[in-house]
Amino acid sequence: MNRPNRWGEFWAGVRAEIPILFGVLPFGMIYGALALEAGMSALLSQSLSWIVFAGSAQIVITQLVAYGVPNLVIILTVAVVNLRHVLYSASMAPYLRKLGVAWKLILAYLLTDEAYVVAITDYERHEKNARDKGVAGQELEQAQEYRHYFLLGAGLALWATWQLSTAAGLFLGAVIPESWSLDFALPLTFIALATPLLKDRASLISAVVAGFAALAAFNMPHKLGLVAAAMVGILVGVMVERHS
Amino acid sequence: MNIWLTMIIAGLITYLMRLSLILLFGHFELPGWLPRILRFVPPAVLAAIITPELLMPKGSLWLSVGNLRLLAGVVAIGVAWKTRNAVVTILVGMGVLWILQLVIG
Repeated sequence: MNRPNRWGEFWAGVRAEIPILFGVLPFGMIYGALALEAGMSALLSQSLSWIVFAGSAQIVITQLVAYGVPNLVIILTVAVVNLRHVLYSASMAPYLRKLGVAWKLILAYLLTDEAYVVAITDYERHEKNARDKGVAGQELEQAQEYRHYFLLGAGLALWATWQLSTAAGLFLGAVIPESWSLDFALPLTFIALATPLLKDRASLISAVVAGFAALAAFNMPHKLGLVAAAMVGILVGVMVERHS
Repeated sequence: MNIWLTMIIAGLITYLMRLSLILLFGHFELPGWLPRILRFVPPAVLAAIITPELLMPKGSLWLSVGNLRLLAGVVAIGVAWKTRNAVVTILVGMGVLWILQLVIG
C-alpha cells in the first residue's frame, strides 16, 4: 500500500467532489433566487450560505421568511431539517478520532451532505481494500495518516461552489421574471432529493404519511405544520419498521 | 428577535449537530435507537414540504388537471425515480411546467 501525502489526499478529495458540484451549482442558484424572492436582502442571503451552509435548510428558510413566521419557528424548523447531521457526525467520528480539536472544529463545519457522502465512501472503500490485502497495525495507521485532508478537499470544493452559486443566483434571480415560475424549483429540488431515499417500505410509508399530514396541518399557525407533519411521518416510519 | 441573530442561532445549531459526535467520540455512544429514528427524518421532512407545494399551490386543496404544478410534479417524481439524477429531474419538471403554462395558460 503506497504511503499517501497531505496534498495528494486533498486533491483526491476535490476531484471526488467534482461530479457532485454539477448538481450543487443549480441548487445554489435556486437558493439565491428564492432568497431574493422571499424578500431577504442580498447580504443576508449570501451570508446564510456560510452561516448555515446547508442547502435544503436554507431553501426552507426562504419559504418561512416569505410567510413571515416567527423567528423561533425558523430555528425549530432548521433544527429538525438538519437533524440528520448528527448521523453524519456519528459515522465520521471514528475516522477523525485521532485529530486535534482544531481539525475537528474545521472538518465539522464542512460536514455537509455532499462532502460527507464522498468522504465516507472513500474511507469505507480504503478500509475494505486494506482488510482484503491483510494490511493492519502500524502499516494501516500510516496509510490512513492524512485521510482527513481528503474530507478537507471535498468540503472546501463544495464550500467554494456553494458561495459562488449563491452569488450567481442572487444576480440571476433579480432579472428573471415571475412568469417563469422559478419558485417551482423548490418542490422540484426536494423531489430530486427525496425520491431516491424511498428504497424500502418503511421510508415510503413514512414519506406518504408525512405528506398527507402536511396537507391536514397546512393551516397550523406559523407554518408549524411542516415540523408536526415530519414528526408524524417519522413516528409512523419507526412503527412500520418495528412491525415488519 | 433580529433576523440576523435568528440565522446565526440556526447556523450554530446546525454546526453543533455536525460537531456533536466527532467531538464526543469515545466519551459518548449514540444510543442504538437514535439512527433508526433519524433515518426517517429526510424522507418525512422532504415529503412534508413537497406535498402542499403540489396539492395546495394556492393555499387550499386543488385536485384537478388545471393544477399544472401537480401534473409537472408527478412527472418529476417519475423522472427522479427512473434517473436518480437531480439536475435532470429539476430541468424536466421546470420544462413540463413551462410547456403546460404555454399550452393551457
